[in-house]
Amino acid sequence: MENESGALSRVVGLFSARGYNIESLSVAPTDDDSLSRLTLVTSGSEQIIEQIIKQLNKLIEIVKVSDLSDFKYIEREMMLLKVEAKHTDAITSIKQVADIFRGKIIDLSNKTFTIEVSGQGEKLDAFLEAMQDQIIIEVVRSGCIGIARGSNSLKI
Amino acid sequence: MELSGAKIFVESLKAEGVDTIFGYPGGAVLFLYDELDKAAADIDHILVRHEQAAIHAAEGYAKSTNKVGVAIVTSGPGATNAVTGIADAHLDSVPLVVFTGQVPRALIGNDAFQEVDIIGITRPCVKHNFLVKSLEDLAPTIKKAFYIASTGRPGPVLIDIPKDITDGKEKCEFEYPEEVNIRSYNPNNKGNPRQIRLAADALLEAKTPILYTGGGVILSGASSELTELARMLNYPVTNTLMGLGAFPASDPQFVGMLGMHGTYEANMAMHKSDLVVAIGSRFDDRVTGNIEKFCPNAKIIHVDIDPASISKNVMVDIPIVGDVKQVLADLIDELKKRNEKPDKEANTEWWNTINEWRKTDCLRYDQGEELITAQYVIDKLWQLTHGDAFVCSDVGQHQMWAAQYYRFDKPNRWINSGGLGTMGFGLPSAMGVQLAHPDETVACITGDGSIQMCIQELATCLQYQLPLNIISLNNGYLGMVRQWQEFFYQKRYAMSYMDSLPDFVKLAEAYGHVGLQIKNPADVEGALKEAIDNKQRLYFLDFITNPEENVYPMIPAGAGQNEMILV
Repeated sequence: MENESGALSRVVGLFSARGYNIESLSVAPTDDDSLSRLTLVTSGSEQIIEQIIKQLNKLIEIVKVSDLSDFKYIEREMMLLKVEAKHTDAITSIKQVADIFRGKIIDLSNKTFTIEVSGQGEKLDAFLEAMQDQIIIEVVRSGCIGIARGSNSLKI
Repeated sequence: MELSGAKIFVESLKAEGVDTIFGYPGGAVLFLYDELDKAAADIDHILVRHEQAAIHAAEGYAKSTNKVGVAIVTSGPGATNAVTGIADAHLDSVPLVVFTGQVPRALIGNDAFQEVDIIGITRPCVKHNFLVKSLEDLAPTIKKAFYIASTGRPGPVLIDIPKDITDGKEKCEFEYPEEVNIRSYNPNNKGNPRQIRLAADALLEAKTPILYTGGGVILSGASSELTELARMLNYPVTNTLMGLGAFPASDPQFVGMLGMHGTYEANMAMHKSDLVVAIGSRFDDRVTGNIEKFCPNAKIIHVDIDPASISKNVMVDIPIVGDVKQVLADLIDELKKRNEKPDKEANTEWWNTINEWRKTDCLRYDQGEELITAQYVIDKLWQLTHGDAFVCSDVGQHQMWAAQYYRFDKPNRWINSGGLGTMGFGLPSAMGVQLAHPDETVACITGDGSIQMCIQELATCLQYQLPLNIISLNNGYLGMVRQWQEFFYQKRYAMSYMDSLPDFVKLAEAYGHVGLQIKNPADVEGALKEAIDNKQRLYFLDFITNPEENVYPMIPAGAGQNEMILV
């Protein structure tokens, strides 16, 4: 979409006005600074998804819409997680779980660890599940981004 | 040459060929008004008495001419008052460009005097809107706005202009862009040839087809193509409320309006059809009734410029995205190339069935000697104006009667608020129509409820000497509300009675017009004639009508098209 103020608001407004669901949303400028790329995860019947795509295409500032699930695609999400790390057994356990999920400890204090994990949404869910024994202080997730595999692309 | 923002605004309007602008001044638009006043030789500014009316007047102007309607209002309350009109234009796909003043850029977001975020407020009810952030952007933005408003599926575009852009302290080189290029907006006018061939196949195979056509035919200026197609095939045609006049109502192939208050024959023909050809119509809930029971045996072709209209409410078998006029022309060419013709026997049988339904005579009414019936008034208006007047309507029972009894033979003559159903639309829209067509007869059909929602515009009518014929069907009720309460709320008439009505005759006179009250059926024709014949004065005809009259036929909400209440 055009990298202009208001464009994002039109997209979000459309979803709420028409009762469509936003599961996650991620948006940032691209290599072309006149454009932003927005990745949105939603769910619905085939007819609803078709209607969502048509309604998005009607927005003047939307340049192109692609349903990634029409292709083979790669999906990634990042999570930052802050947990309490005061006792030795907790520290060991946190490190172990982080290792299994290829998480990185990116910050620490005398009371906390901050871990970065990325992957598909399901992997992050599983990581959170595995951390349930710990005292979780804060969780932040980026929302999904995705790209088609192979030579398929959303090039303007 | 370097110009101020206000001057650029005026020069851009001139470049767009704008001859009329409807508006109301205020602090944030004073620089624009200063320049508009100097340009009075080229652009007529029409001063309304409430901003909602400015938008409705621009809609009337646009709907009756197929040109872009233009309005200007100030920031804050001026802008919010315009919102109802903008939403109305959005739902009826009316091409408008609306200018709103905004507080100076440095004050935006500071809760300044008369500041509202009109871009945010109108985002869901415009085709697009722009906040002009720099003087250099002004002319290109106006160019884009006119382009977006008038192409594809038309609609309202709003331009919010901060006051300091117009104040002249800053000037910039003015050159109105000749072309506009928006990479993300390229409406597709030409229908896919393969789909057109499929549609031709379906049309030739059909035994009980019907053409169901809407406002898109009028917006696209495709009445002659529609008429040619229908006559070529001898298939029945029904119009939606927004599509009336696109096919001549006096043509024997016309089966009347369809939908909630459509004719028995139109709704039955839809229900029993094996092929529905939807042209510039959008399967609105007032048309389909219960979607589960809608046209159970029909294959559906849908021609529409807006892809999002296709398969939104009803799944379509043969979608054709494109401009109605062009698609119909291509379809006619395709049919001419074919050797096959529609099945003549099936066609005769289909017409026999339709003519049986017609015998129900679902629009019959009895005009006794005591009380005036609303239907009779409209019928007389139709006779006296030879079906050739511009008819603007408010919203309610009178609107449905106007749609049923004024038989439009030409497009762009029926001006009403179909999608939003805005009471108060009638009078201001009629002003816009009369200004666009100074020598034509313009009638405003209204009720005692609706007329009071924009009654202040009687002053505007005096200022610009607009000889409107206001036909108020006064039944002392919010008639459509009362009808629903009678049918579905066990006659509990909560708040639908209009107590303390003003004396409309005195009111009209107070505004400098002619007011007449008509109580006797024998006086209806004379009063209408007097009003129509007088090309100088506005007539307010207050017809005291039967308070208990209902609009029939009616498909109750949730029922199928074949489940009509006839009387």
